[in-house]
Parts: sequence; structure tokens; C-alpha cells
Amino acid sequence: MIESLQPHLPVLLIAIPMMTAPLCVLVGRASLSYWLAMLACVVTFGISIQLMIHAGGSSSIRYELGGWSPPYGIEYVVDGFSGFVMMFVAGLATMVMAYAPASVAAEISPSKQYLFYATYLLCLTGLLGMCVTGDLFNVFVFLEVSSLSSYALISLGKTRRAPLAAFQYLIVGSIGATFMLIGIGLLYQMTGTLNMADIAARVPHEEGPRTVLVAFAFLTVGLGIKMAVFPLHTWLPNAYTYAPSVVTCFIAATATKVSVYAFTRMIFGIISSSFAFDVLPLDSELMALSIVGIFVASIAAIYQDNVKRLLAYSSVAQIGYMLLGISMATPGGLTAGIVHMFNHALIKGSLFMVVGCFALRLGSVRLSDWAGAGRTMPWTGFAWAVGGLGLIGVPTTAGFISKWLLLTSAFERDLWPVALMVLASSLLAVVYVWRVVETLYFAPPSESAKKARDAPVRMLIPTYLLLSTVMLFGVWTPYSAGLARHAAQALLGAAP
Amino acid sequence: MSGADIVGLYNYWIVIFLMMTGFYILLARKNLIKSVIGLNVFQTSVFLLYITMGKVRGGTAPIIPPNIAAASEHHQVGHNGQTHASAIEEFATEAFEPLVRASQQLDHAAGVGDIVYSNPLPSVLMLTAIVVGIATTALALALVVRIREDYGTIDESRILEIDRVDGPADSGLNASDSETSIEAVETAT
Repeated sequence: MIESLQPHLPVLLIAIPMMTAPLCVLVGRASLSYWLAMLACVVTFGISIQLMIHAGGSSSIRYELGGWSPPYGIEYVVDGFSGFVMMFVAGLATMVMAYAPASVAAEISPSKQYLFYATYLLCLTGLLGMCVTGDLFNVFVFLEVSSLSSYALISLGKTRRAPLAAFQYLIVGSIGATFMLIGIGLLYQMTGTLNMADIAARVPHEEGPRTVLVAFAFLTVGLGIKMAVFPLHTWLPNAYTYAPSVVTCFIAATATKVSVYAFTRMIFGIISSSFAFDVLPLDSELMALSIVGIFVASIAAIYQDNVKRLLAYSSVAQIGYMLLGISMATPGGLTAGIVHMFNHALIKGSLFMVVGCFALRLGSVRLSDWAGAGRTMPWTGFAWAVGGLGLIGVPTTAGFISKWLLLTSAFERDLWPVALMVLASSLLAVVYVWRVVETLYFAPPSESAKKARDAPVRMLIPTYLLLSTVMLFGVWTPYSAGLARHAAQALLGAAP
Repeated sequence: MSGADIVGLYNYWIVIFLMMTGFYILLARKNLIKSVIGLNVFQTSVFLLYITMGKVRGGTAPIIPPNIAAASEHHQVGHNGQTHASAIEEFATEAFEPLVRASQQLDHAAGVGDIVYSNPLPSVLMLTAIVVGIATTALALALVVRIREDYGTIDESRILEIDRVDGPADSGLNASDSETSIEAVETAT
């Protein structure tokens, strides 16, 4: 049974969460649909690990959907890079799902909870689909699957500002997706194929027609919106702030990273880095945008009173670190970018889990209401401190590994100013993390903080589990930086 | 680019005009429903772009004429009978090869010129994109309904005005945070 399913794992990865979603709706009861969704997440995570084991070497798994051979049919590809991203997306989805019930019960009305689980699974389907597919139009479809479900998830927030934030994200996100559609269309016009590998072989690079240039521009801007790269990030703070805590946790940990994955895949897998970085000045442009974005967003984060908004701005800054690594286009830089996708997913996921714990007990995510809560909620407060250390990049946390790799590869390329600015921006992270720690432990306790007790154990266990991975991957890197280096080498090797 | 070229590309000019119209509505919007319509115009222009690029000059609808289809079916059965019928990898080439041969034979026999087909793939892709567009519109309208219920208006500048009067009441959790109604704002301003 298991043996016969083995060759079909790439498609089962998508089919299982996608089919469980309508099942959750049919069941129509919150508790039962929760366990269904949990089961689907665990199975999906298991499949992604299994796929990663098989694709971990130099060979990649290619699956022909419906038995149609690649240029005609849709092809699913699992290689070192896509397998790595899939694995942590599915893993984070499982962790967040384990954490969800108590927070969902507090923040989402009971009549909508089964719909929440169904939409969550659809969002996961879209994100995994974007990673696994080797067909460019399919990327667009899965992007829209994940985006539409994330708009719906964000609108579930309790205040009336949530639907407005979702609407604004919908408008901006749809512009981005439509830009991608235009870019894909123009590439199809030039090559007559939608298969990524096939396009890469056929697209006229040097001295090619302007159509390729325009297609590339549309794809870059479209994905830039979805990645929330600095000047296109305006949708993100509102969306993260007003969404329910669980949704913020899931989307912040996974959605932007998958877009970064698609962007990296586009540059190195389709357009080729020589065209993007040598013919076009995309590398210096990305580097400039990342650095400006890191500073502007970090400074904005310092001045926030709403902790969710603080972390949202910090996310914009962290996307900058990933793109900074990718823009260096060396094996070291690319490794740093990819491993930071993974490490930041762990760190930001656990920090938003902590925010969810505080929100449950204090009924607020404003920093002024959190005053003194570190003493009445010791475990939750300590979790913030540990996660914050990871965000800053203190040694023995996962954040340190990515910053270290980023710095060494900046030195390799003699980019001293860049390295110095990375260090300086880490100090800004110290400021905004410390502001929260200070309020939690040293401010006179607020009324709600005096009455608060620690978050329920079933929320704290997933939070600490995730935090322990942050610490684990800070000292033991074969399965984070090691896999990322593998993926980076494969990407650079594939590009001529 | 000669004048004939510019006129000959008229479909693309229409695409660009529609695209810019939709995009302008999106940027200049104040009314939420209008911005949804702007988004629709913007997306529809992309449908037209794809369909335009799939059209081959002088090409017919990509449907095989019945007489050729019948001939090729006959041919294909014989072909599959001789060789490995189950080899899926070669399916595409096998499926097209007899077709080409059959149409050549028929062309010779009936004196029909080469049949040129338009490319069906972009149109098929647009079926998917249309479905995505409908889902987006439905979701956007549903959100507008909820915004209208909560704020009493669908004018974005007035909604932002209400939020400003509310102050930074974004604890993000309680629906019972100070909620200013539209009437209160209107009497205040």
C-alpha cells in the first residue's frame, strides 16, 4: 500500500489538504473539523519529509500530472530547494495547528470555526502548490488559491478594521497577481511553453527582444508585492495587525517566504542570474531596496505601540535580509538568504504564538496593556525573551546562523558597508525587542496584567516546541544551513 | 514601426487602454465598489492579451473537421495495434503523428489547403483566470458588505475618517472598542 503510493507523493502533498478542506465544511462541527485539519497537516508534513529524504541528494523527483509528459502536461518538481521550503511550510502549519484551538475559541465566533479550518487548509494547499509545481501558470493559480484564502482568514479578525485590512490586501494582492499573469503571458508568447525548465532553455537572454524584459519586470513587481519587499509592503502591517492571532502566526511564518521562494526560482531557474544580475542591475537594486527596507521598517517597528504591528514591521525588515542574501548571487549569499527563510519562519512563528498567548490572557495586544505581565505570566514572558534573542540574532539561536552566513558572504565579496549596515540594523532589533521586554518585566503592572495567569499549557507546549527548534538550529545546522547550501549550489549550478 | 504595423496591432492597443483604465480606477478610487469594478476591468484586459496572442492569422477554431477526425481515428487504432499501446511518454507524438499524416492524405485527396489552427492554450488558461477573477470579485464584494454593515458607508475616505476619530483603538481583539458611528462623525465635521 505505502509502496504503491510512493511515486504519487508529490501530488498527494497537494491533494490531501485540498480534499480535507471541503470535508471540514461538510462535517460542520468545530471540534471534528479541527482534528481532520490537524490530521491533514500531520500527513502533509510526513509526506514532505519523505519527499525531502528522496530529493535530498542531487536527484530531483519529477512527477507528471495525469501521465502527460512535461512540455504538454503539468509537471511537479521536488528538488533540494522546493523540498526544503515545502518541509518547513508544512511543519510550521502543523505547529500552528497544534497551537490553534484555544486561541481560535477566544477570537473566532463558534459558528465560523469549521470554516476557519477549511480555509486554513486551502491556504496551505496554495502555498505548498507554489513550491511543488514546475509549471509557471500553475504558480499563478496556486498563488491565487493561497491569497484568496488568506484574505478570507484575515477578515475573520474581531474588530471591524479586519475586513477593511483584508479588502485593502485583496486589492493590492490582486494587482500583484495580475501583474504576474501578464508576465507569464509575455513569457509564453516568447517561448510557446509554460514549463519552467522548458522556458529556461528557450528564452532568448542576451540581446533578446524587449518582451522578455517587460515580462521580467511584471513578474518582479508582482512577486515584490506578494513578498512585501520594502516600497511595496504597505498592505502587510494592517493585515498582520487585524487578523486573528493564529492567522497572523501562520501567514507571517509562511506566506511571504513562499513568495521569496518563487522569486528566487524565477531569477535562478527561469530568467538566469546572468541576465538578471549582469545584464540588468537587479542585484544592486535589490541590495539597495533591502538595506533601505531593513532600516525604515526596523525604525518604524521601534515606534509601534501595538505589538502585532511591531512584529509586522520587523517582518518587512527580515524580508530585506533574505533578499540581501539572494542579491549577492554567490553560493554563500544564497545559502544565507534561503536559511534565513527557514530560521525567520521559526522565529517569527514562535513570537506571534507568544503574542497570541498574551492576547488570550490580557485581551489586548497593545504594549501599554502588557505592562508588568512578565511577572504574572512568567512562562509566556520568558518565551518572548527567548524568541526576541532569536530575532536579534544572538549566538546559539537560529537567527545568529543566518546573520553570520550573511556577514561572511558580504565579506567574501568585499561588501564592507553592507556588512556594517547588517550589524547596525541588528542593534535596531535589540531596541524594539528590548522595549517589549522592559515593559513586560520592569513597568508597573496594568490592571489586566495583575489578574492574568499563565497561558494554557496546550498553547505553551507548541510555543516552546517551536522555540526549542530556534535554539536547536542555532547550534546544529546540517538540516538547516546544510540543506540550504545544497539548494543554493543546485540553483547556481542549474543557471548557466 | 510603420503605420500599418501600428494599426495592425490594434488588439494590443485595446488591451493597453483597458489595462490603464482599470489601473487608474484602482488608484483614483474612493468608492469601494468602484475599485472592485476597476480591478475587474484590469483583469479583463489581461484575458484579452492572452486571447490575442493565441490567435493565428487566418487560423480557424482549433477543432478538427469531422472527416479528418474520423480518418485519423481509424489510422490511430491500426497504429496502436502494431506497437506499444501503453507507452504514455510517447502519447503526444503518437497522437499527433497520425493526425498530420491523415490530414496530408486528405489534403491530397480533396485538394484542401493546409488547415491552420489558432492556439487553443491561451484561451484555456483564461478559463482558469476567469474563475479566479470571479472568486476574487465575490470575496471582495462580500468584504464590502461587511464593511458597509460595520461602518455604514463604502466611501474609503470616510471610513478612514471614522478610524481616525476612533483613535488607535487597535487592541485587535474586542469588537466593543470605542466604535464611532458614521452619524457621529458627520455631526462632528
